[in-house]
Amino acid sequence: MTNNPNPENKKTDQKLSPIRMLNKWVNGEELPMEEKDFELHLDMKETNHPVLTVRDRARKFRKVYVVFSICICVALISIMMIATIQMPPFGEVDVPTNNEVSEKYIEDGLTDTGSANIVAGMILDYRAFDTLGESTVLFIAVNAVIILLKRDPDNPDLSEEAQDRREELIAQSKPNVILKIMASVLIPFILLYGAYVVLNGHISPGGGFSGGAIMGGALILFASSYGFKKVSTFFNFKTFTGITSTALLVYACSKAYSFFTGANHLESFIPKGIPGAILSGGLILPLNICVGMIVACTMYGFYSLFSRGDI
Amino acid sequence: MWDFIMNHYYEIAAVILFGIGFMNLLVQRNLIKKLIGLNIMDTAIYLFLAARGFVFGRIAPVPQDLTNLSAETFINPIPSGLVLTGIVVSVSTTAFGLALALKLYRRYRTLNLDEILVLSKKEREDKKQ
Repeated sequence: MTNNPNPENKKTDQKLSPIRMLNKWVNGEELPMEEKDFELHLDMKETNHPVLTVRDRARKFRKVYVVFSICICVALISIMMIATIQMPPFGEVDVPTNNEVSEKYIEDGLTDTGSANIVAGMILDYRAFDTLGESTVLFIAVNAVIILLKRDPDNPDLSEEAQDRREELIAQSKPNVILKIMASVLIPFILLYGAYVVLNGHISPGGGFSGGAIMGGALILFASSYGFKKVSTFFNFKTFTGITSTALLVYACSKAYSFFTGANHLESFIPKGIPGAILSGGLILPLNICVGMIVACTMYGFYSLFSRGDI
Repeated sequence: MWDFIMNHYYEIAAVILFGIGFMNLLVQRNLIKKLIGLNIMDTAIYLFLAARGFVFGRIAPVPQDLTNLSAETFINPIPSGLVLTGIVVSVSTTAFGLALALKLYRRYRTLNLDEILVLSKKEREDKKQ
């Protein structure tokens, strides 16, 4: 861990754009420069590492710590067991959770929401605010991962680029014919199935989250068999941000009327249709599509950011 | 005692799973193993919620026969929705935690929390000098 000032660093330092300076400030001033010194060599071995002495010191407190944590854990488990004893038996009808709320959802769900899947009607109509929060949590998580892991094009990491080149060479020298052919056969069907699960979310088990995860899986399979460059021809960072933020905004706007009117369940501007048909359920189908898009993009985004630091 | 176990076996399993995950979270020194422990705790919560929503003799709330909708036919749909929320939050927190672990690994070349703490302390002292 030597701190050699790199001559290239100084060159780039002198002509900083304001955005770059803000970025530097957000990153903690010297961080982008220092990270260059921690080059990624897979065979790097630490000499005169202080960790050996550290391990000795940690070992002293280790036993105390383990005993202490076992005590905390046993206390927690016994508290929860006592709570479990006082609960009504598993699978009984007369429990406090089976109250008038769930009765209302089951009995009036079809006429209120027009969705044959009661759970979908519940989470996307009665409790749509909850689902908006879920989608926002996913969106914020992927944003946090982007902040942490996305590579800076102005401040490239030489070792990471070398690793990318090495992986490309390996991919060229060993063409995975079986994987590619199987992927090209499977991916259309996986995408079709994901779209089916999303579009049938209101009349059968499924919905935006599960269907979106399936579609994200198809994208991941495509990326791992054909390489990220092929994916980036139709799905790059711009399309990613566009799709996720548009879907979230469409969701928020299309449900905003009921949020603002105190969620009194007004008539939606989309007719409910015949229950059980694809075009039924009012707003539930478009909301499912929005959620599915967010989830598919997020799943692929996580994979791509973790494996190569870019989308 | 036997009655209690037979009446509450799902809840007991959920509590034990929660304890295993919590122990993993506390005792493991590897950051990724800690995150696995966190995920085991999440799984315990899903099991608990799903078990609380279940009623013997009733079916999942996706009716085939749309004409006869009575509350006596279906299980409680609310825990299902809550489990969905839990899964999404768990995925998000796991991804965020793994990203932080990867960042720490890139800087200190280790995932052991003790080593990371000492290395960061040493780094701070080096900077002061």
